[in-house]
Amino acid sequence: MSTSHASSRETTEGPVYTVTGGDWDEIVQSAARADDERIVVNMGPQHPSTHGVLRLILEIDGETVTEARCGIGYLHTGIEKNLEYRNWTQGTTFVTRMDYLTPFFNETAYCLGVEKLLGITDQIPDRATVIRVLLMELNRLSSHLVCIATGGMELGATTIMIYGFRDRELILDVFELITGLRMNHAFVRPGGLAQDLPPGAVDQLRDVVKTMKKNLPEYDKLATGNPIFKARMQDVGYLDLTGAMALGATGPVLRSAGLPHDLRKSDPYCGYETYEFDVPTTETCDSYGRFLIRLEEMRQSLRIVEQCLDRLQPGPVMVADKKIAWPAQLAMGPDGLGNSLDHIKNIMGTSMEALIHHFKLVTEGFRVPAGQAYAAVESPKGELGVHVVSDGGTRPYRVHFRDPSFTNLQAMAAMCEGGQVADVIVAVASIDPVMGGVDR
Amino acid sequence: MSETQEPENGSNVPAPRAQGPEVIGVRTGMFGAAAGGDTSGYGGLVRTVALPGASSRPYGSYFDEVADELEGALEEQDVLPGNAIEKTVVDRGELTFHIAREHLVRVARTLRDDPALRFELCTGVSGVHFPGDKGRELHAVYHLRSLTHGRILRLEVSVPDSDPHVPSLVAVYPTNDWHERETYDFFGLVFDGHPALTRIMMPDDWQGFPQRKDYPLGGIAVEYKGAQIPAPDQRRSYS
Amino acid sequence: MGLEEKLPSGFLLTTVEQAAGWVRKSSVFPATFGLACCAIEMMTTGAGRYDLARFGMEVFRGSPRQADLMIVAGRVSQKMAPVLRQVYDQMPAPKWVISMGVCASSGGMFNNYAIVQGVDHIVPVDIYLPGCPPRPEMLMDAILKLHQKIQGSKLGVNREEAAREAEEAALKALPTIEMKGLLR
Repeated sequence: MSTSHASSRETTEGPVYTVTGGDWDEIVQSAARADDERIVVNMGPQHPSTHGVLRLILEIDGETVTEARCGIGYLHTGIEKNLEYRNWTQGTTFVTRMDYLTPFFNETAYCLGVEKLLGITDQIPDRATVIRVLLMELNRLSSHLVCIATGGMELGATTIMIYGFRDRELILDVFELITGLRMNHAFVRPGGLAQDLPPGAVDQLRDVVKTMKKNLPEYDKLATGNPIFKARMQDVGYLDLTGAMALGATGPVLRSAGLPHDLRKSDPYCGYETYEFDVPTTETCDSYGRFLIRLEEMRQSLRIVEQCLDRLQPGPVMVADKKIAWPAQLAMGPDGLGNSLDHIKNIMGTSMEALIHHFKLVTEGFRVPAGQAYAAVESPKGELGVHVVSDGGTRPYRVHFRDPSFTNLQAMAAMCEGGQVADVIVAVASIDPVMGGVDR
Repeated sequence: MSETQEPENGSNVPAPRAQGPEVIGVRTGMFGAAAGGDTSGYGGLVRTVALPGASSRPYGSYFDEVADELEGALEEQDVLPGNAIEKTVVDRGELTFHIAREHLVRVARTLRDDPALRFELCTGVSGVHFPGDKGRELHAVYHLRSLTHGRILRLEVSVPDSDPHVPSLVAVYPTNDWHERETYDFFGLVFDGHPALTRIMMPDDWQGFPQRKDYPLGGIAVEYKGAQIPAPDQRRSYS
Repeated sequence: MGLEEKLPSGFLLTTVEQAAGWVRKSSVFPATFGLACCAIEMMTTGAGRYDLARFGMEVFRGSPRQADLMIVAGRVSQKMAPVLRQVYDQMPAPKWVISMGVCASSGGMFNNYAIVQGVDHIVPVDIYLPGCPPRPEMLMDAILKLHQKIQGSKLGVNREEAAREAEEAALKALPTIEMKGLLR
């Protein structure tokens, strides 16, 4: 017998009931008929607690999860393919939308790869590199804040969500001042940056650092010692070092197992070896440890931001090679962002060759010598690697992102199986997967 | 697949080695415009597109040490390094071993387990499709990272489009599970020995492998008042 | 207080349509349909600074059966499209859809094999909200405009009449390609 809400069909393994929404009595009756069978619960892809359009397929026995699998691809955007039809500089506009919580990491990783292909890694101006580091570390703060906020909300702790988004707004305000956008900035370009810092940015940054230093202890007060929070997080989502290494997990997941692996220390880029900061670890291997690591990483990021601010020296923000340097003389006009009037006056009035060069550079882009390169940065989620291949043309031949969310999410099954259904949410939140990065 | 498992000339004779740059395509005209539009007067220009070719020793940096250790370890396992490693490329400060596919698993396991190598972390596989590289159209590119020694290297395996089989590395690096499924999904590379090689990103009933070069971008023309702008892959472009 | 102080004997005359519209617009329950970047801005709108609670809309419902507004926030992939339609079908009528961001509205910059070129291929859309992603203020503006629309919505026979008129107007409308004027 089957109703409209609980249809049954015969398979080789016996009758299978598919239960969807409906009257509760009917659901219970249908489920009771299948009591000695496997119960497979589908969670998502549209679910308020799955951290985006993640689909979890859980086989349960009572409240215990016996098997857990992920279904992904619900946000597959084909960004890697789209990149192949745009020139190298336009690529940043696409990659920034991959993991939308860490736009600056995507852009910087991509640009480091392109710069390696071009062989201009050493020519990037210091100011551009310092601003990249500055923006990345602020971005680490905002990403971790969202992780803690949404992770809290998924536990039912709405207050921590309000706190997290409050502090994130402060950082987004700075991003907006610097890049003009709250998210998806496309500010880091191959060769440097789109623009220099606007006036007043440094002062506002110092204010933000001060405010954040005041606000971060509030998370400690609110959550770190909170018995309910600890009861939900401790020993949940357990993944030890062997498991993390085998599954290729990086970032807070790996560091919560006690290994202080951080690309900023072990394979420095953007001059990270010259900054002073610590890599926090815990030995707990669980969600609570990852939460503590994220909190501490935010403090360390503030340290780096302060060092960046002290280091900022006036100078160019785009590589000197005019064959590569995308015009960075941008200014705000009545019709939005565009080239500054001085620059237009210069190329229109004084030099026909400069005008032609500008036109060709912007419409066609620059050529990148054939070859391949791999660049990796330590994003808030782990190792974000970019494999770029050029065939010597003005457009990428192939760009592949090794997104840490994608790799870390594989650990979901290992973390959840044998635990309770409610702990699945905690475990997934502690991985902090962003589906835009997972699916690309 | 079966004939590729066993090297044709036995394991004791070095295979002929590809030298010089690897040609992956030919570009014509000044701008590489596909259809018309090249008014530069250089329309007859023909240039080959070549990836960097094999390097000769010394490779520099830690590369010589890694290559020595790997070759030594392979010899201990009765594999001629020349057969397993088709060529070694050092380009832009990065070390690439082109590996014959039948030796891929052995090489990866050696790289992971040898105390002097210890490449514990695989950062997944990236597929690249070179339709112009006849007989080696599909490339699978692995990046291995050693946390112990702070090193990184790249393995590259090339297979023909007609026989797109690569041995799976899931047994050596379990992290490659999803990465290999993704590469299968987008490029049609079949990873033999993978526990469940199914589509991961695209819907299960999707036809074709969308990130191959012969698969169109799939965009639609955008309508404006009185005009249509074709999809990005249909536009006149200079590459 | 306001108007009710001036009312003779506390009575106020209105139409059923207006009363129903007023009630409906004042208690819109959005379903959480966060997909991509826009979802983060949608959550920001619900959080402290922008505070969607001012419009009685801070309660995002996890179940589509309790919701009457779907904010499609982000790019809709071919794989997600059937799921989206099912969630829409599960929502009780009357229901409204805001297509948040260019990706949901038209596919945006992702004009490729993976993305549905506009969520209006799958579900009827009431408000298109441009931006990549739209600011929280823009989302609130869209929501307020939707409130106006809900306030003015018709009931019963009038609704059928309005639907017929809208369809006739749409059939007579000039396709974009035949329009003249600036290229936009």
